[in-house]
Amino acid sequence: MTAAASPQKAPLLELRGITKAFPGVLANDRIDLDLLAGEVHALLGENGAGKSTLISILSGMYRPDAGTIRFEGRDVVIDSPRAAIELGIGTVYQHLTLVPTLSVLENLMLGSQSGTGRLDLAGARERFADLARLLGVDFKPGTRAGALALGQQQQVEIMKALWRQGSRVLILDEPTSMLTQQGYEELRRELEHLTAEGLAVVLITHKLHEAIELGDRVSVLRAGRKVGSLAPADLRGRSESELSARIVEMMFGEQASELADAVEVEAAPAAREQPRRRELGPVALAVRGLGLDADDEAVALADVGIEVRAGEIVGIAGVDGNGQREVAELIAGQRRPRAGEIRLFDEDVTRIGVRERERRGLRYVTDDRLEEGTVGDLDVAMNAVLKRIGRAPFWRGGAERRAEIDRFAEDLVARFDVRTPSVRTRVATLSGGNVQKLLLAREFAGKPRVVVFNKPTHGLDVRTAQFVRHQIREAAEGGLAALVISTEVEELVDLCDRIVVMSRGRVTGEVESSAGAEERIGALMVARAESGA
Amino acid sequence: MSDLLSQDFLTALITGGLVAAVPLLFASLGELVSEQAGVLNVGLEGYMLFGAFLAFVVAYNTGSEWLGMLAGIVAGAAGALIMAVLCVRMNLDQIVIGIAIILLAEGSTSLIHDAAYAESRPSLGSPSELAIPGLKEIPILGDSLFSQHAIVYIGFALAFVVGWVMKRTSAGLSVRAAGERPEALDAAGVSVTATRTWATLFAGGMAGLGGAYLTIVGAGSFTPFITQGSGFIAIVIAMLSRGRAPWTILGGVLFGLSLSIATALQLIGVNIQTDYVQMLPFVVVIVVLVLFARRSYLPSALALPYVRGQK
Amino acid sequence: MRARTMRLGEATLIAVVPIVLALVVMGVLLAVLGRDPFTFYADMFQRGLFEWEGFQESIIRSAPLLLIAAGLIVAFRASLWNLGGDGQFLLGAALTAGFAPSLLDSLGVWPMLVITMAIAIAIGGAWTLIPAILRGRYGVNEIITTLMMSFIGIGVANVLVKGPFRTDIGGVARTDLVPFDERLPLLFGTRIHLGFVIGVAAILAVHLLMTRTSLGLRLRVLGASPRAALHAGLSPVRLTVIAFALSGALIGLSGSIEILGVQGSFRADFNPAYGLLVIPLVFLARLNAIGSLVLVIVFSVIQIGGESAARQAEITSDVLLVLVGLMLLFMAVIEYVRVRRGIGTAYVPPEVADRVRPPGGQGGDGGASGVPAGEPRPAVGAGEVGSG
Repeated sequence: MTAAASPQKAPLLELRGITKAFPGVLANDRIDLDLLAGEVHALLGENGAGKSTLISILSGMYRPDAGTIRFEGRDVVIDSPRAAIELGIGTVYQHLTLVPTLSVLENLMLGSQSGTGRLDLAGARERFADLARLLGVDFKPGTRAGALALGQQQQVEIMKALWRQGSRVLILDEPTSMLTQQGYEELRRELEHLTAEGLAVVLITHKLHEAIELGDRVSVLRAGRKVGSLAPADLRGRSESELSARIVEMMFGEQASELADAVEVEAAPAAREQPRRRELGPVALAVRGLGLDADDEAVALADVGIEVRAGEIVGIAGVDGNGQREVAELIAGQRRPRAGEIRLFDEDVTRIGVRERERRGLRYVTDDRLEEGTVGDLDVAMNAVLKRIGRAPFWRGGAERRAEIDRFAEDLVARFDVRTPSVRTRVATLSGGNVQKLLLAREFAGKPRVVVFNKPTHGLDVRTAQFVRHQIREAAEGGLAALVISTEVEELVDLCDRIVVMSRGRVTGEVESSAGAEERIGALMVARAESGA
Repeated sequence: MSDLLSQDFLTALITGGLVAAVPLLFASLGELVSEQAGVLNVGLEGYMLFGAFLAFVVAYNTGSEWLGMLAGIVAGAAGALIMAVLCVRMNLDQIVIGIAIILLAEGSTSLIHDAAYAESRPSLGSPSELAIPGLKEIPILGDSLFSQHAIVYIGFALAFVVGWVMKRTSAGLSVRAAGERPEALDAAGVSVTATRTWATLFAGGMAGLGGAYLTIVGAGSFTPFITQGSGFIAIVIAMLSRGRAPWTILGGVLFGLSLSIATALQLIGVNIQTDYVQMLPFVVVIVVLVLFARRSYLPSALALPYVRGQK
Repeated sequence: MRARTMRLGEATLIAVVPIVLALVVMGVLLAVLGRDPFTFYADMFQRGLFEWEGFQESIIRSAPLLLIAAGLIVAFRASLWNLGGDGQFLLGAALTAGFAPSLLDSLGVWPMLVITMAIAIAIGGAWTLIPAILRGRYGVNEIITTLMMSFIGIGVANVLVKGPFRTDIGGVARTDLVPFDERLPLLFGTRIHLGFVIGVAAILAVHLLMTRTSLGLRLRVLGASPRAALHAGLSPVRLTVIAFALSGALIGLSGSIEILGVQGSFRADFNPAYGLLVIPLVFLARLNAIGSLVLVIVFSVIQIGGESAARQAEITSDVLLVLVGLMLLFMAVIEYVRVRRGIGTAYVPPEVADRVRPPGGQGGDGGASGVPAGEPRPAVGAGEVGSG
């Protein structure tokens, strides 16, 4: 996206030498950045590059260890979220910060009035109406925030960031991670309106094509440093593949060729590989008519049906929070359905518990690595046998046999290249990528026949993500039936043979992995399921 | 059977019930606000004891009931201050500290009372009453319901005031956000720590006031462990009220009546052992919890410390 | 090997410091009340520790406390707050005292001892059933339910003692006295009864259970994260019931020991309120069973000696409640200081670390790639639902 040509003007916000370190990691290393009014500045970088830290500094959540910030030419210190808001910097975080039990209007009024007194409801409703028009919002201010769809919640977040009159800067942290294709278009339009009003917008993303499409200016971060920048002049008139190449070069230097595969996934849809020709076996996992009631911790499901054959990789696409986790937990046995059945190799396992399903060859790799998949405070070895507590050879008659446990864990660690000082190290100290590898190692160790993966590459660096996908492909070649849940459509299209799409707790359709799959998936992600069976 | 409708029985029931209900009302009102903000005051019993004791001491020495009640508020808030500093500000575990506060309160009030008053065993005179003319004349109920200490009427009104504040003011909004999603409040630029601190101190002050009522109006003197578990009942009432302040009146009255019913029954010749009486409110709680077990009534962030930057 | 002795030294230090601080503050409090703290403490240790008679009393006092500590550890390490100790204790005691006389007459000493202890174990465990199921299946806060059951239990115990179990002999309501010779046998010519051995055995058993057995690990996993437990194929409901049942059973037994070893009968309104009192001790020991053993005995010395010293100083023995409260407070603060300054290694059983330690520093960048493995990673917050 290119903005109208604007005369060279002074930056609204200048960051110089921003540095921030945490125990064991230098998140921001002497970063310089200029933000101009009326411009969308895209910050591009893979997970862990330091983008989130940088905007946390801008939004007042963290203070930098070194460096200066100048706002309209004067030095400022942003030492709290309040200070950032006073400056006119509004932030929309990646993890939504709405209070679900309060109404939209109440969420917007949070912190907006000084003092503790009576709420100005009338004034707030007026402001809501103004912003609603600007952003094209279709819900009422009295709606409970928790009842909104994710895209709508994001709109509320944007409204919140702009609530105060006189907003100057809007920061969007990975705004499209929760959006469908349609939502993406809406966002694009919203950004146009906002820059027309003179706002400086900062857009954080790890998706290359997004940065190029939506940004007027692109800065690339890598491992805490800014490694390059493309000004509007650079962006204009170049083809996307040219720009991609330049950015890849900036990001990865000489190793670009090695990572071509990964970048391909992040870049705009290119030519797809031919669907893999794999021998497909019998139906390994069949889910039919699955229904679940909503409660505090679960979204409602209705009439969900999926089939996975041995050797097949089936994906579940959908905006986060549309029932995918619930489906995974039902298949794993962690939840009981209200209706429907689950069959493993044509045997009904609906009433059977987690352990027994595991015995029959089903495993679940959860996305919640530290709170569900592992016990962070136990060591690697204990976590390796976490699903086999009490069983021989690790326990005999209830008593622990430490040597056996350690030996088993060491073997797993070696085979899956889990980087850890020893198997007695607490899992919480491992990086996300290594925890994921440990989880994979653990689940694969049981030689499963069916595995459900929930966002297996979420939050991982490129290399580890590749490794994980490779493991899945290999296992499928070996006859594993794999069900992969992901919010990254490109990844699913690349990895899976077929993709089931879920929206609002229902399956809205199924797409073969081929050219044009992304668009079809995107459409299904917002569709309503047809009524009837 | 007609005895049950007699003047004596009803008067005793209502009077006794109110005396038992009012401390519960104050304590649970304060705890409700605090729980909405995400702070669970396991030590509520302790705040009540602090309040009960200091209120008595001040009332006895100054001869003023109101000064005594004020002292009760201050003492309760002081107890809650420990909670605010250690748990809200320093993020220590709320339950561990709460238990410590109870132990400290039980021990210190018993100790100082024993040291100062073991010999003398002082007590206050009859509490003052504020009769509402007109209403007082209502047959049977009027005399007992509408001839109470002024603080009682204040208490009932306060429940509604607190309800309004929670719904219609910026302070109330911040409190509700602090308990449900503190990250949201922080991102909105409001200090979660300050909000929770004020809520905790409010709970302490209210609990202290409840304790003050217990000694000044209810018993007329202080005895060690006088609260007898009311702090915990108040926590339950707060939880069951689901964030709606006026419900604490209902909860307080319900439990208050269950506490007073045995004494009232004795008046008409029905003798029930005190042990059964004392058990009754707790049995009621268990029954209520079993019947309504399905839903969790607590704000999501209850008893979880908030550290900025943590996911 | 050196590391282990250093760790032991450090563990002792962090347990001892809060006790010392608490004693100092209590000393100041005594002074303010016009009593001489030095005399008080001299009396306390004289009676509790140095006098042979007094020391035996301390050991005798520690017997039920050890069982309570064992019971609390089982529950706390599963992150379950069993605050119903008093009710479980008194019911165990009341039923023991109630049935003992008739069992003694019909079956003799040893059957009576065994059967009454079994009854106490059963009632203690049973009394936790409602809170356990409410918590396991419906997520109802167990702090409230165990407390409620405790108050009910106290009432029931009294009703029984004043009613069906009441002795025919007139006077204050109590059960028939079990003659001195027919109680728990004494050890090696001392006045210390078998209950102490039972208490020590219970502590050791719990230690082994939690550190070396599969059930212990399952409970610890539950304590760390019920979701992880579910994911690992465990049944949170079943484990919750088991943890509570074991906890209640041990505490019920402690009540029985108190009757069979010391009291001989249950007097109406008897309630030493040990339930809350032992909690600070197990936390001071960081929920370690062996550490608790030591601390319980230390505390028993303080309690026996303190009761005597309080009598001599003419103040109520409730002063010890203040001491225990202070110990807990100081422990929590010291743990905070240690974590903030990064001093020393963690002693809290890792799974329940959040209970006694504040969460560590600030969070880092979302998605921690590029962090060399083994280096401390910025703490990721707990996302547990509910407050239990």
